[in-house]
Amino acid sequence: MAPITDNSDFLLQVIGVSKRFGGVQALRDVHLEVRPGEVHALVGENGAGKTTLINILGGIVPRDSGRVIFRGQEVVFNTPAESQHAGIAIIHQELATIPALSVMENIYMGRMEARGGWINWRSMEEATRRVTDLVGLDVSPRAIVGDLTISQRQLVEIAKALAADARLVIMDEPNSSLTERETERLFEVIARLKQQGVAIIYVSHRIEEVLRIADRITAFRDGRYVGTIDRAEASVAKIINMMVGRDLANLTRRAPTDSAAPLLEVRNLSRRGKPNLQNISFTLHRGEILGFAGLVGAGRSETARAIFGADPIDAGEILLEGRPVRFRSPKEAIACGVGMVPEERKRLGLFMNMPVRYNIGLASLPARSPAGIVQHAGERNLAEEFVRKLSIKLSSIDAPVKSLSGGNQQKTVLARWLATHPRVLILDEPTHGVDVGAKADIYRLMRDLAAEGIGIILISSELPEILNMSDRIVVMWQGRVTGILDGRTATEEQVMAYATGMAGQGA
Amino acid sequence: MSEQTADLPVKRARVSVWSGIFRARETSVFAALVVLVVVMSFASPYFLAPENIFNVLRNMSTISIVAIGMTMVIITGGIDLSVGSVLAMSAMMTARLMVEFGFDPWLAFVIGLLFGALAGLVNGLIITKVQVNPFITTMGMMSIGRGLTYLLASGLRGTVASNIPMRDPGLNFLGGGYIGPVPFPVIEMAVLVIVASLFLSNTVLGRQIYAVGSNEQAARLSGVDVDRVRLFCYTLTGLLAALAGVMTAGLLSNAATNAGLGTELDVIAAAVIGGASLAGGQGTVYGAVIGAAIMAVLRNAFVLLGLPAYMQTISIGVVIILAVALDRLRRRGQTT
Repeated sequence: MAPITDNSDFLLQVIGVSKRFGGVQALRDVHLEVRPGEVHALVGENGAGKTTLINILGGIVPRDSGRVIFRGQEVVFNTPAESQHAGIAIIHQELATIPALSVMENIYMGRMEARGGWINWRSMEEATRRVTDLVGLDVSPRAIVGDLTISQRQLVEIAKALAADARLVIMDEPNSSLTERETERLFEVIARLKQQGVAIIYVSHRIEEVLRIADRITAFRDGRYVGTIDRAEASVAKIINMMVGRDLANLTRRAPTDSAAPLLEVRNLSRRGKPNLQNISFTLHRGEILGFAGLVGAGRSETARAIFGADPIDAGEILLEGRPVRFRSPKEAIACGVGMVPEERKRLGLFMNMPVRYNIGLASLPARSPAGIVQHAGERNLAEEFVRKLSIKLSSIDAPVKSLSGGNQQKTVLARWLATHPRVLILDEPTHGVDVGAKADIYRLMRDLAAEGIGIILISSELPEILNMSDRIVVMWQGRVTGILDGRTATEEQVMAYATGMAGQGA
Repeated sequence: MSEQTADLPVKRARVSVWSGIFRARETSVFAALVVLVVVMSFASPYFLAPENIFNVLRNMSTISIVAIGMTMVIITGGIDLSVGSVLAMSAMMTARLMVEFGFDPWLAFVIGLLFGALAGLVNGLIITKVQVNPFITTMGMMSIGRGLTYLLASGLRGTVASNIPMRDPGLNFLGGGYIGPVPFPVIEMAVLVIVASLFLSNTVLGRQIYAVGSNEQAARLSGVDVDRVRLFCYTLTGLLAALAGVMTAGLLSNAATNAGLGTELDVIAAAVIGGASLAGGQGTVYGAVIGAAIMAVLRNAFVLLGLPAYMQTISIGVVIILAVALDRLRRRGQTT
């Protein structure tokens, strides 16, 4: 190993770090240099190795080889506590606050000031107020964290990092569940941290915001270091190119299909729930992509689940190719050629410990198994076929699905449904938390499926996605359909007007 | 694309690595069993004698047979604490029908089996339709089953009896017969274990059992009839417990009210030592049989070596914790 000159320009230097998990090389000889007080964006598709590097810096997993120099010293963190002690704080995607405890208990967890075993609450409260002011968190130190919003909890975590005197704060997709206003506030906090001389590694998929806040940008691809550029020389196209290694195919709107008889018709569907679904009516044609827009909680997923037989229906009619149907279970829906890729793939879609091949085969298994006997060779061929078709990256179809990256996991769920040869396919947030490369693959796939005559219902909270992909757009608000718009002419403003109940109440 | 095809041979090679990790738990438990057998063969000259080996196998046969069902229940993420009571209850039913009502032994046997299956079905219905937690449901059934056993033993006239004779050449053969040098229960165990293993890995229902335990909601949304899968597992477990009950009674020519006391713990231990995870989604029938074998060999060892009987109870507890703890340690390095 060549000696590295101690370069005090850098707060953190990652030099040639590699890490392997079983059959997957997660990191190969990656580099990263972070200066004090800079916002350094780390970008890459899911599976590029960002999270692995963060886990190494956080003492969660050990590195196989390479060096990490932090504050001028070579370091090895064996536990998260060692990393925190050295001055590194990680704000994870899944927040690590303890809901049952107060803000100050969360912030001083593990470092409570005590005299003779008694906690000095007063001084802790004052100290908490100092750091919460710094991050602009306007709640009492005694407030219970479980009562706070997600964005406030995130600020608690950032305040905790400051209280621990962190010199480097790593934020892993910090705004994936924040509203736009909350995101703006987060950016203000980041600017304030910068002024304090704290360096930030900001991990994100969202290229626009990376361009806004980062001083420098480093990209990883397939576990390798691609390069580092200054913001001045960065552009959306350039960053995508670094992440994906090719240019993202331009998203052009497909030609609308017109067909006479609807494939699926929903009439006055109602269901008590959260929210109450009231008189939902719409039609879906062969080869059509029907977008479902609306705010979170507008009832889009609930509508999909009711159609699919996952939740019971109180009233209304569903016609599939003109024939009335009412599925009492997803099993019946599948038998009639209706498929649904649910939201939240980890909770509702995947069998994490089971091999990819089982995950792909499960929904179509009864149809492919004469006398209930699994045809193993057929199942392997099926899995191999979809791995190729959807370019799912994996070490083997026998590997557990948890060893795949988010985008590839999502493709695995998609493959399960394609294997059932559906006529109607419901996709609920199919590109949520998926990297740009996989996103483009999923868009292409949706167009191909539509071209084959499959009717697709696309539920998405990303307006550009809805506008780009949909032939028509159903907009929902508080459990009702407020408008059905033409996908070719609809604008973001129009959709938002219907989605917030400002236009066309109760279609 | 061309890159991917070039990669193929490498990918093939990795298949074995992954499937190896997948089954590592069974392999390491099997290795422990082999070590135990080797050590015992040196420690006691009598250990490897065919009579002793067959004795050990016969002693583990009822535990293994019930463990087949228990493993499936545990894979779905459930548990069945009632197997010991259902075992006693079904045997008592069979004996009572023969003695009190003069039923044909085989008819009484079949009714006993159905009685056990019914208890399992009731467990399953309460768990799936009323959605009572499996631990609570089967704990209740454990008490109900034991009570029914006493009720059946004391009979309609209300005389108190602790056991009822079960004397029929056929039923005695079921629990105590030999084919050549091989005890018949060992053959029953072998056949059932092989059939159940093939069932779990080669049928749609078998695959769905794993799916339910791995992620119940995802299974339902993928078209699995989750309730039906659960009902099947609990009913099968009740049926197998009943079979084990009649085998035990057949061996002793007696249906006893205290039969199967504590059996549920041995059966759960066998499944868990063999790699079944109480969190669901993991486990194999072969693993459970190896688990049962380890416990049976340990018990035999203490007898042969003349060690105090209570030490065997301690050692089995140590084995249970050790098996799961070692597995945790091994996995720690693998998680991404």
